[in-house]
Amino acid sequence: MADQNLVENDEPLLVAKSLSKSFGRIKACRDVSFSLYPGEVLAIVGESGSGKSTLLQMLSGQLAPSGGHVSYRMRDGVTRDLTTLGEAERRFLFRTDWGFVHQDPAQGLRMAVSAGANVGERLMAVGWNHYGRIRETASDWLTRVEIDIARIDDAPRTYSGGMRQRLQIARNLVTEPRLVFMDEPTGGLDVSVQARLLDLVRSLVAELHLAVIIVTHDLAVARLLSHRVMVMKGGRVIETGLTDQVLDDPREPYTQLLVSSILPP
Amino acid sequence: MNAPAYNFAYLDEQTKRMIRRAILKAIAIPGYQVPFASREMPMPYGWGTGGVQVTAAILGPQDVLKVIDQGSDDTTNAISIRKFFAKTAGVATTTATDEATVIQTRHRIPETALNENQVLVYQVPIPEPLRFLEPRETETRRMHALAEYGLMHVKLYEDIARFGHIATAYAYPVKVNARYVMDPSPTPKFDNPKMDNSPALQLFGAGREKRIYAIPPYTQVVSLDFEDHPFEPYRFNAPCALCGAENSYLDEIITDDKGGRMFVCSDTDYCEGRQAAGHHGSLSAAPYKEKAQEASNG
Repeated sequence: MADQNLVENDEPLLVAKSLSKSFGRIKACRDVSFSLYPGEVLAIVGESGSGKSTLLQMLSGQLAPSGGHVSYRMRDGVTRDLTTLGEAERRFLFRTDWGFVHQDPAQGLRMAVSAGANVGERLMAVGWNHYGRIRETASDWLTRVEIDIARIDDAPRTYSGGMRQRLQIARNLVTEPRLVFMDEPTGGLDVSVQARLLDLVRSLVAELHLAVIIVTHDLAVARLLSHRVMVMKGGRVIETGLTDQVLDDPREPYTQLLVSSILPP
Repeated sequence: MNAPAYNFAYLDEQTKRMIRRAILKAIAIPGYQVPFASREMPMPYGWGTGGVQVTAAILGPQDVLKVIDQGSDDTTNAISIRKFFAKTAGVATTTATDEATVIQTRHRIPETALNENQVLVYQVPIPEPLRFLEPRETETRRMHALAEYGLMHVKLYEDIARFGHIATAYAYPVKVNARYVMDPSPTPKFDNPKMDNSPALQLFGAGREKRIYAIPPYTQVVSLDFEDHPFEPYRFNAPCALCGAENSYLDEIITDDKGGRMFVCSDTDYCEGRQAAGHHGSLSAAPYKEKAQEASNG
C-alpha cells in the first residue's frame, strides 16, 4: 500500500505543456509549462492583465488553448489530454474530482437556494438519493468550514462575505476532489476574515491532501498557502520556484519589484 | 361563397404537417422537448394555444373531442375550445371520457381509465422543468442532453428542508423512459401515477414556449423522489360531497362566508356518471329531487 502511494505521488496529477492563448492579436498567455503533483499547492502571482486568469481557465478546461496541451491523471490512473475529453466527461470531472472557488461567491453558489442544498448539489448530481444522508454530509461539511449548523437552511444571500466564501469551499470539497482551482479566493474580504479563511484552507489542504492551483495578486496569500510560486508578467512565466526562495530571494527585476512593493508590517 | 373561410380544424395543411412532424419526433424520443414553429391562434397565450395546435394537427373528421379544464367540462376555457373545434372542424364533441377519442386537458387527467384508442393532449404553460432552477436556456438544454438532473433533486431537497416533506403539489417532475426529466404541466401530483404505463398516447403542447413533447403508450413514467422521502400522491382525505367517491381528486368549494366549504370531484364527468349510477354523497341533492318528484306525482 505504501509503495503504491509512493508511485501515485511520484507521477504528476496535472501537466501543462507549452500552453498559449491569443485573443486576436493579444497574446494573453505564452508558452506556459509546468507539472503539478498530488498534495501540492501552486500559486500563480502577477499583476492584473498578466494572464493568470486566462491560464487558470485553460487549466480547468473552460477555455480551449490556442497551442499546447493540458493533461490530467484521472481517478483510474490514466493520464488524459483535456481536449480529448467529451463534454459529458469534462463536466463530470468538474463536479467530482475538481473544485473551482471563484473570487465572487455569487458565481460559484446558488444564492437563492439554502446552504445545505448548495453543499448537497454535487452529491445529488452524482446520484445520491437519500435526503437524510445528504443532509448529514452537508452539516458535517458546514461544521468543517466553521459555519453554524443552525444556518443550514438559510440562503447564502443572507451570509456575510467570509461565510459565503467558506460555503463555496465546502460545496467544492464535498465530493472529495483531488484538485481545486482557486481564483483570488480572498479578494474583497477584510484582513481578519482573510486570515481565518487562509487558515481554514491551509488545514483542509493538509488534511485532505489536496492539490491546489491558486491565482492571486496577494503575495501574502501565496506565502501562507503555497509550496511553489509561478510569477507571471505579460503572459509569460518569468520566474518559478519554491515559495520562500522566490519571495525571499527574487531573481528577476519584476519579482523584486513585486516583493518590495509589499508594505512592511 | 359556400367555401369555408378556413381549413379543416382551423390550421392550414402545411402547418399541420409541421406540427405532426414535431409530434412524431416527440413520440420517438419520449419526454424530449421538440421545438416547433408555434402559430398565432385566435386566443391569448395561456389559454391553451399549444394544446389547440396539437389537437388541430391530430384531429380527423371521425374523432370525438372532449375538452376539460381543471377537470371540468363546463368552464369557459373548455367550452370555448370545444365550440372552436365543433365550428372549425365539425367534429362530434362529448363530455363523456369513454366516448372521446381525443381529450384536450388543462390541469387534470380524467379519473376514468383511458384506453388505447384515445389521445390525451395537455396544455402546457412552462415546459422546462429546470426553468426556475437554471435561468439559461442553453444550459438547461445541455443538462437535458447530458442527463444532468442533480439540480432537480435540489428543488425537492429545498422542499423537505423548508416544509419537512416534498411540498411540490403540482407540476411534479417525472422521469420518462428512464431518460428525460419532464414537467407534466400543472397537473396535481395525484395524477402522476396515471401517466405511468398508460395505454393512451399523451401529447404536450406549449404554444408560447414553442415546444411539443410526448409520452408514447405503455411508457415508464417515474416521479422523482428521495429514498427516505418517497413520492406520495396527495388527496384531501374526504369522500366527494356529491357522489361519495373515495378515490377521486377533490376540489374545495367555498359555500358561504362563514368558513363553510365542501369537497367535490374535480372531474365533473366522473362525478355525474357516479351520481347517475346511484352513488350519493353527504350533500347530494338527489334525495330532495326524488322527494319533490314524488310530491308532484302524488
